[in-house]
Amino acid sequence: MTKRNGEAGGFNDSRMEAMMGRLLQTGVLFASAVVFIGGVLYVHAHSDIPVNYRTFTSEPANLRHPSHLFGLVATGDGAAIIQLGILLLIATPIARVIFAVIGFAIERDRLYVLISLIVLAVLMVGLLHSS
Amino acid sequence: MPLELFTALVFAGSFAAGLLGALTGLGGGVVLVPLLTLAFHVDLRYAIGASLISVIATSSGAAAAYVREGFSSIRIGMFLEVATTIGAIFGAFLAVWMPTRALAILFGLVLLYSAWLSWQQSRRKEEVHYAVNPWSDRLRLSGSYPDREGREQPYTVDRIPTGFATMFGAGTLSGLLGIGSGAVKVLAMDQVMRIPFKVSTTTSNFMIGVTAAASAGIYLHRGYVDPGLAFPVMLGVLAGSLLGARLLVRARVSLLRSIFTIVILALGVEMIVNGWLGKI
Repeated sequence: MTKRNGEAGGFNDSRMEAMMGRLLQTGVLFASAVVFIGGVLYVHAHSDIPVNYRTFTSEPANLRHPSHLFGLVATGDGAAIIQLGILLLIATPIARVIFAVIGFAIERDRLYVLISLIVLAVLMVGLLHSS
Repeated sequence: MPLELFTALVFAGSFAAGLLGALTGLGGGVVLVPLLTLAFHVDLRYAIGASLISVIATSSGAAAAYVREGFSSIRIGMFLEVATTIGAIFGAFLAVWMPTRALAILFGLVLLYSAWLSWQQSRRKEEVHYAVNPWSDRLRLSGSYPDREGREQPYTVDRIPTGFATMFGAGTLSGLLGIGSGAVKVLAMDQVMRIPFKVSTTTSNFMIGVTAAASAGIYLHRGYVDPGLAFPVMLGVLAGSLLGARLLVRARVSLLRSIFTIVILALGVEMIVNGWLGKI
């Protein structure tokens, strides 16, 4: 069996992987830039408050739900911008799986389209569940 | 402690964790969580949340470099991600029911196990040839990788159900403790499924990000991810691991691995003792 199965019009597994690598790297750089900007704003705004992470108090609901987040981001709230960056970061591996679904579809590999879709469905359960 | 100083110190510590994690191939998460809880007195849940985020960043950040080498297998990765992502969600739900003390003790045990694996890796045994498993081709998991002379070396995959089950366990640990659990993933591929070591480590790196993303949403919903803590941790670990990946070619890894093994061993004992005494 040769390494790269599913040659179809110059598109194969190794090309798919190369594109995915770049996709992930770009996503991470973008997310890091957003987190950095948010972090600078956050430290600036909270500089006189002493740190306490000893006791666990769940984060405020505004920061936990994407729908509330965007309003805060617009006002330049540091914590909200960091959370937005984190959401972008979580989105990069998910984007990789979506990309794999498309890539395997181009290769006409039904088995792996199905496997990628299962992974995608599990990721969506983790992201969208509400409890 | 004022916030500027705290942020700077956490960044420096995370940078060191990421650097050592990349150089030794054990990942930043295993030292990061003990560092945050034992040295910075951060609640274990916040530490796990921040660590999980940094794990995604490291995995995705290193992806392009790994792809260039041409070792990773997207099919093996995707197939086993079915097991790791389901395991990760299971682990994240389990984390709610488990008391922090139990989590700390479990974390300590994982550290001891990593130290043992790391010690074992320095004495590898020679290749033995096994019969080809027909399911390797049926599931299109067989592949090849370039050797030192650039020739393609074919390989097949064996003991798929056991490997799949081990991957579920790796995913559960990842979701439960906020680590990449790369060591267990490599164990499943290299030792159980008899996939070549280079293919196992690079494929594991890809899988870590997708696995962590599965439980990250649940952690975020629960408020385990504190932005003020996640900011220095994520950027620190990412910068450290990227530098580590560059240095890897030149560094004397064997000595470093020995030191790191002892550090992990000590941290493991401390996590277990602190968990037992209820100090975490």
